Amino acid sequence: MSATGAYAAAVLRRRLLMLAPLGVAVAGGAAFWTMLNRMQVGKFDPHDIGNPMLGKPIPDFDLPGVGSLAGFSSADLRAAAARQPVVLNFFASYCIPCAEEAEMLDALKQQGVQIWGIAWEDDPAKTADFLSRYGNPFTRVASDRRGTTFINFGLYGVPESFVIGSTGHIAWHLAGPISPEIAEKGLLPALRRASS
Amino acid sequence: MTRWFRFARLKRQKFFGSFFQKRTAFLALLLFCSAPAYAVSDPSEMLPDAAQEARAEAVGSQLRCLVCQNESIEDSNAGLARDLRAIVREQVKAGRSNQQIMDWMVARYGSFVRLKPPFSASTFLLWATPFLALVIGGVAAFLGGRRSPAAPLPLTDAERDRLAELSRTA
Repeated sequence: MSATGAYAAAVLRRRLLMLAPLGVAVAGGAAFWTMLNRMQVGKFDPHDIGNPMLGKPIPDFDLPGVGSLAGFSSADLRAAAARQPVVLNFFASYCIPCAEEAEMLDALKQQGVQIWGIAWEDDPAKTADFLSRYGNPFTRVASDRRGTTFINFGLYGVPESFVIGSTGHIAWHLAGPISPEIAEKGLLPALRRASS
Repeated sequence: MTRWFRFARLKRQKFFGSFFQKRTAFLALLLFCSAPAYAVSDPSEMLPDAAQEARAEAVGSQLRCLVCQNESIEDSNAGLARDLRAIVREQVKAGRSNQQIMDWMVARYGSFVRLKPPFSASTFLLWATPFLALVIGGVAAFLGGRRSPAAPLPLTDAERDRLAELSRTA
């Protein structure tokens, strides 16, 4: 290669190197845009930490009820799930998404879904008030005032829902309120799988 | 005031953690702290035994508060963090080891609950990036250094004439 050729090649290489930061910015922007897009359509949730309890048997508990209603234990829940899969919903009277979720839970109950509820660190009187205000979709309700059962289920907020299959194992989990879309694409198929 | 002490102490704890045993560092820091620094929101949460409380704080500062996600349960004011602090203290009092308490938390919340993630297939890039960067940078520098810089362009006729003229004058 002649001296002129080598010089021209060096110049070209430098010009291309100057474009490298632009390339990095474009790649970063595209990745960020994809992430935001996936968040919007619900394919990616940066706050979702997963739940290691998924697929495991439910932890043992025996909780008191709310008002005049009797509570339930893990044995009661396992026995009921053996007959028909149960949706176990953790909620609280002070939780606004739980109030918003009430309508959805009621719709599921109308469809014949069996839903059991556990109130997390809530005054039973306030839980009873919440149920009379927004309707009671639960077959059984228990009160976890100390939050021990909540922690044993690996929860970090309300509302969260589980599907308990016929063998007493956790078949499905959702952190956050059940939306019509999630019910259609996640919860109802999980219930069908759990009962078959 | 208490907040500042708590923050400063944690910073120092993290710094010294790599040099001394955590317990030694904690005792040494007690010498420098003129005011008691409570990591718990309510002093009544603390264990009466100072050594047990120190161990509970050491474990708690390694556990992520799942609500705030970037704070340890010792730093967080969230209700769940308070409950988890109480559980750590219960287990310390019951004589369970740090590892046993950690495993108890990981069984419920996954590795995410650990503020210092373990080395595994999914955290490989997290831990290996500094070393990979060093190797890639080293290779790039080595290859870049070996390449000889491009020879300068030969002089044009006008430049050669000017050079000859200057040489003559000298």
